[in-house]
Amino acid sequence: MSKKRVVVGMSGGVDSSVSALLLKQQGYDVIGVFMKNWDDADDSGVCTATEDYEDVAKVANQIGIPYYSVNFEKEYWERVFEYFLAEYKKGRTPNPDVMCNKEIKFKSFLDYALKLDADYIAMGHYAQLIRDDSGIVHMLRGADANKDQTYFLSAVAQDQLQNALFPIGNLQKSQVRQIAQEAGLATAKKKDSTGVCFIGERNFKKFLSEFLPAQAGEMLTPTGEKMGMHAGLMYYTIGQRSGLGIGGNGKSNAPWFVVGKDLEHNILYVDQGYDNPLLYADSLDATDLSLIAPATIITTKFHCTAKFRYRQQDTGVTVILGDNDDVHVEFDEPVRAITPGQEVVFYQGEECLGGATIDRAYSKTKQLQYV
Amino acid sequence: MEPVYLDNAATTPLAPQVIARMNEVMQQTFGNASTPNYYGRKARAILDEARAVIAKSINAQPGEIVFNSGGSEGDNTAIIMTALTHQEQGKHIITTSIEHEAVLQSMKYLETLGFEVTYLPVNQAGQINVDQVQNALRPDTILVSIMMVNNEIGVLNPIKEIGQLLQDHPAIFHTDAVQSYGLQDIDVRALNVDLLTTSAHKINGPKMLGFMYERADLTLPPLIKGGQQELKRRAGTENVPAIAGFATAVQLNSSKERSEIRQRLQSYKQLLLTLLDQADVEYVVNGPDIAQTTPNILNLWIKGFATSILQIKLDLAGIVVSGGSACTAGSLEPSHVLRAMFGAQNPRVEQSIRVSFNKMTVENDIIKLADALIKIVRAKKG
Repeated sequence: MSKKRVVVGMSGGVDSSVSALLLKQQGYDVIGVFMKNWDDADDSGVCTATEDYEDVAKVANQIGIPYYSVNFEKEYWERVFEYFLAEYKKGRTPNPDVMCNKEIKFKSFLDYALKLDADYIAMGHYAQLIRDDSGIVHMLRGADANKDQTYFLSAVAQDQLQNALFPIGNLQKSQVRQIAQEAGLATAKKKDSTGVCFIGERNFKKFLSEFLPAQAGEMLTPTGEKMGMHAGLMYYTIGQRSGLGIGGNGKSNAPWFVVGKDLEHNILYVDQGYDNPLLYADSLDATDLSLIAPATIITTKFHCTAKFRYRQQDTGVTVILGDNDDVHVEFDEPVRAITPGQEVVFYQGEECLGGATIDRAYSKTKQLQYV
Repeated sequence: MEPVYLDNAATTPLAPQVIARMNEVMQQTFGNASTPNYYGRKARAILDEARAVIAKSINAQPGEIVFNSGGSEGDNTAIIMTALTHQEQGKHIITTSIEHEAVLQSMKYLETLGFEVTYLPVNQAGQINVDQVQNALRPDTILVSIMMVNNEIGVLNPIKEIGQLLQDHPAIFHTDAVQSYGLQDIDVRALNVDLLTTSAHKINGPKMLGFMYERADLTLPPLIKGGQQELKRRAGTENVPAIAGFATAVQLNSSKERSEIRQRLQSYKQLLLTLLDQADVEYVVNGPDIAQTTPNILNLWIKGFATSILQIKLDLAGIVVSGGSACTAGSLEPSHVLRAMFGAQNPRVEQSIRVSFNKMTVENDIIKLADALIKIVRAKKG
């Protein structure tokens, strides 16, 4: 029987490099593919895609696998970036990485790999997949709690995961680095990438202003006291501290935070104190619910834990499923800075159940003015 | 098993005789051909001999041959230095929209310096005609740069007719002969070209080497400045073993051999098309009738198959063809040649592959390619 073919998404980072290496060692017919999702050719800065591709080439040659590059710029623009801009326009804070996994890595890339007769696709994500007796795939948190990426994978559906492999999901980041170092891979000591893939290390505010016109407006306290002007609502996220430029000229020396937005009137609400009560919600509404193993969710109301942003501690929640793909979530204890546009992701122990996009946050049934 | 190599318009393998000659020279001498000593003289003798062989191959004088790093350098030098030295007479240049990037990017650079470039459009077969050149010619036209054979679709441009036309015009005539030198017969006097650029690795010679023919009465200053090598026209110590190997590659393709190679490769083109026809593969040849293109290049639209997928599938099946030129980060740029022929929106721009042969290609390579292609096409249908 011929070897099973795996097409690995190689980003030029250490995680996908080691993923490809492990698959090769396990005897698969491995093909490395670099995804070029963003055209940064017209930027004055360094083209990181070119450098990353160079690293893919080096590593693939070291491992002894063929490597190619595929261009998903158009798909990324239409299905991720336009959504990203639309969300900001609505005063929300989108999560493009969630969308990128759902629309590009586990859709465009998967289709592409299948055309190359792949049996599986593989990614260097810190997440684990197990298949139960009835053939349903379940997604578990990555073994490295600090690196777990199931938050970003929560919107990927069952059929998209059926042919997926996460070869390093059972490893600690330090082990991944060690494997890379022992194998002498060119990316063994490469710095982890940070930030959204298309923005990279650039100034986020400047980047956004190139695509969306910023509309300056009033910055008020919840009691209506004028604190100055804001540069455009899209630049601010609920609970954010830095960048307000007000300093400590309030009732106390406590720092100022974004506590609300009014998109309709273009007002940014600010108030003092990290623990400001306006920042705490006890329930939320979310839409676009996506369950990884829907067949295993048999009740419309259940208790589990949830994350409301990446790398947050879990909070106990009660999930009440709506009629369509909407969901109401009640928290066991109040949670700070619930942000419309971000994902709420559900867990049962180690298993990631799926997620939904946050629309509204409530405190004692009163909706918080967050968009 | 070694893959079947059918991407010879990108590069060709070294001929065994070329390897032998380069080895021989490398062991014989290491001298710097510009230095007046025992070793230098030995190197100089080999260099002179090679230059004479190459000059003769295009009916030029040895003093008209400038060795350089290959086609890109040749094109850059010919175009940029001609423009810079003739700008008193005018700033207008004529070229075509299907030139190699080395030409097109040189033109783009000159545009930033205030030169005006006319890019002649091609018809759906990728052809231009001499009337287009005539209509574009102006009193202030200082340079006409038109490739002899297109590297993607193999179309042959009417260089001789353009040369005749330009006899009555002061514009300098440059032709990029990278895809024709060594396969077609070239006589620079008969063609009336002033500048002609070539590359060694397209004809089973070494890489990063080529030459520019520069008509004797032209005195273009060097693009690469420094020492006085190559009659002060190109600085840098000559790579004598590589140049000797280049001369060997040229000698291997005598006029008679070229004719035989052309006939044999032309029959391979026909064979491939016949095999695809017999298997009912839906394809269209990009370019004019195959009799009107260079025998070693065939560009095919395989209907419904994305270039990138097809090229990778063939690669994984052990068949190397081209899917276009690599752009940033290794992804494929839709061919500017096919876009010029059919428009950017035409599906064939992104569903075409280029197959290219060289004299070391054998019939069995074609059969293997046809088998692999047919298998891929049937797998999708089935």
